[in-house]
Amino acid sequence: MRDTGAYEGVVAETVAIRSTHGDYINAYYGRPLGPGPFPGMVLFHHRPGWDEWYREATHRFAYHGYLTICPNLYHRYGTGTADDVAARVREAGDVPDDQVVADGIGSIEFLRAQPNLNGKVGLFGTCSGGRHAYLTACRTSNVDAVVDCWGGRVVMAPEDLNDKYPVAPIDLTADLTCPLLGLFGEQDRSPSPAEVAQHEQELRKHGKQYEFHMYPDAGHGFFYYDKPAVYRAGPAVDGWQKVWDFLGRHLA
Amino acid sequence: MCTTISHRTTVTGCGKGPQGWFDLHHVNVGYDHPFRAPFEHAVSIDFLDEGSSTRVAVELSRESARELAKQILATVDEADAYEGEPARAGS
Repeated sequence: MRDTGAYEGVVAETVAIRSTHGDYINAYYGRPLGPGPFPGMVLFHHRPGWDEWYREATHRFAYHGYLTICPNLYHRYGTGTADDVAARVREAGDVPDDQVVADGIGSIEFLRAQPNLNGKVGLFGTCSGGRHAYLTACRTSNVDAVVDCWGGRVVMAPEDLNDKYPVAPIDLTADLTCPLLGLFGEQDRSPSPAEVAQHEQELRKHGKQYEFHMYPDAGHGFFYYDKPAVYRAGPAVDGWQKVWDFLGRHLA
Repeated sequence: MCTTISHRTTVTGCGKGPQGWFDLHHVNVGYDHPFRAPFEHAVSIDFLDEGSSTRVAVELSRESARELAKQILATVDEADAYEGEPARAGS
């Protein structure tokens, strides 16, 4: 709990970060004021794009004491409103996994270059961003915790693999080097409860450290307060608390 | 993407966007998370120009999308009868 008499502040702005593919992309960077040191977080935005919800999520993580970078994973699809750019990505058949991982690792390296980082970096994502966060965590050992919120298609059928999705994330589970928090809704179809169970079985098989929570009264996207059809206040409040508890234990 | 349900067709016609009328080139039809419509998933129809830089977008419930498709087909059937011949390319 914070003391109401204490000074506090957060600053957030657009910055450019370098992808490990060598080019620069836009990112939204929020951080608490003060010398720190602070833990860092990379936020992987969801299917609707680099939108207002993710700007506000960046503010939220910064308020909770994290140097928070949210890269625009759709940067290479032009500028415009978030939904227009996301529509271009949809038309292109999605962004390639390798590109997202390069942007994610570039974001981690950006945070690790900050003088007020405490040395710990976590990943967070929802929807496709949950999948991307998990995928990135499996492709680097340079991360300390990962939060996957209802990331669909971690489990993929062989016929769904292609140039953009060369490997199903679940098949990289052996390479995961950090603790994982997963939040899911029982009414979701992507990931379905059966797919979540399959992922959990794979994590157990490889002896990974993980915590999965399945909310019976929620489906896909239950954190999204701007989407009344999917928002579930109870699971959202509890889920956010689980996020802060988990990150507090692993990134402090 | 959270679904892979997506289709594309070229079209001839015009659309009106925020900057006024423009020539349509193709339409993307999909089913995924909507940007605005109050559903978990929606049928999205994007009417686009040749470079996909200008867009007229709609997001519909499945029921209303099916009804719209029926009404479009009914209208085209009536138009064919009115013209006395089936539609040809460009008509």
